[in-house]
Amino acid sequence: MSDTLVSEVRPLTPWQTVGPFFHYALPWEGGENLLREGVLGERIIIRGRVLDAMDQPVSDAMVEIWQASSSGRYDHPEDNRTEVPADPAFIGFGRCPTNEDGVFTFHTVRPGPVPGPGNTEQAPHIAISLFGRGLLRRLVTRLYFPESEANAHDPILDLVGPERADTLIAKRDEESGGVPTYWFDIHIQGENETVFFDV
Amino acid sequence: MPMRPPVTMPCTTPFASLPVRSVAVKTVRSKKEKTMDVLQYSPQALSEPPSFAPGYVSTVARSPRKPLVRIPQTLTEVTGPADFGERLLRAPVHDMTREGKGEPLGERIIVSGHVLDDRGHPVPNTVVEVWQCNSAGRYVHKKDQHDAPLDPNFTGQGRVVTDEEGRYRFVTIKPGAYPWRNHYNAWRPAHIHFSLFGPCFATRLITQMYFPGDPLIDIDPIACAVPSEARNRMVSRFDIDTTENEWALGYVYDIVLRGRNATPMENPQ
Repeated sequence: MSDTLVSEVRPLTPWQTVGPFFHYALPWEGGENLLREGVLGERIIIRGRVLDAMDQPVSDAMVEIWQASSSGRYDHPEDNRTEVPADPAFIGFGRCPTNEDGVFTFHTVRPGPVPGPGNTEQAPHIAISLFGRGLLRRLVTRLYFPESEANAHDPILDLVGPERADTLIAKRDEESGGVPTYWFDIHIQGENETVFFDV
Repeated sequence: MPMRPPVTMPCTTPFASLPVRSVAVKTVRSKKEKTMDVLQYSPQALSEPPSFAPGYVSTVARSPRKPLVRIPQTLTEVTGPADFGERLLRAPVHDMTREGKGEPLGERIIVSGHVLDDRGHPVPNTVVEVWQCNSAGRYVHKKDQHDAPLDPNFTGQGRVVTDEEGRYRFVTIKPGAYPWRNHYNAWRPAHIHFSLFGPCFATRLITQMYFPGDPLIDIDPIACAVPSEARNRMVSRFDIDTTENEWALGYVYDIVLRGRNATPMENPQ
């Protein structure tokens, strides 16, 4: 077995809610725009709503995204693959509070595929953290793209299973100003509850 | 207006008796072929509050009811916004008492501590974002309608970066307690909000720091969503060595993020 018992592990600091009053502290100007001068790849817009159990918009939530560059490279020392070029103009992190209608928006680039466990490849996706009043800890989910054939072989979607995987697939929306736009609603609870991950 | 009772304060949780001392950590066998199996960060479940804690009424309609889907950490989760220095977020603020034209009212305090991982390794160069209400218990936020004065010299938001030994320090005003409408006569204990990144996506943490001896902690549904032993880890301690003579009281608040083994362990076979 490859499991090792580590005895001297310190207990973690617990999560607490971000509360309703984070707006003057956490969002920053341009936090929802991941595009910088010279960024490589296809520009896209990600937009969606955060909804509660009654499908009411959650207007005091905050969404963070983390994604690879258009070539499928993460801006992080752990991703040290020399065969995949880095994009120095792309960090891949964004933060957006929801508005009165529960809507968040990100301007970014379409991410490339990235390696998965073993020899698998993960379909292009965006990792999402959701925070808000009433959320004692963050909820983690992922956005996948509807036209991506690689979804069929994605190891994480495979773990989710066919019944609920569609909650992770964004819908193609009308283009805004010629920019491909994807709509991704996050249902915290209810009939269409989004898949959330224990990572 | 808030309604009278229905809610009583539950301060026990079903997780209170779970041990949190040791965890089994999955390690990666060394393989000849090149794969992207990644070292896994330690699991989090035991120290987290549940998403659904009915004493905190807002969780009722804002908590998933289907089980979380457990997935292995991939390159996506073991990378994350780290080392982005000044490319992102707002400007550093180390002293929240110097953001206005004059001195804010209230008790000046110093808050410092170490950010460590669960193996005791320091987490250097990570951003710590903090925010809080003023000494009267009022946030600079348009939706905060508490009948307490705003302080023109206090905003209550800042961010600092840990040093090479994982240390951080900032100066602020001790926040006040304030009422909220969760239940009749509900008051939040004085607290400072903390937001941390750590080395990757998996190590993200948002929490709250409480003050020692505060009688409101153990009747607060948000703090009490965490088992009592773990709840105590969110309470800072007064520290005379952090306190500065004739200037400010000092509190120490150490934060422990998820960690992992530093190197892949060889399979003994």
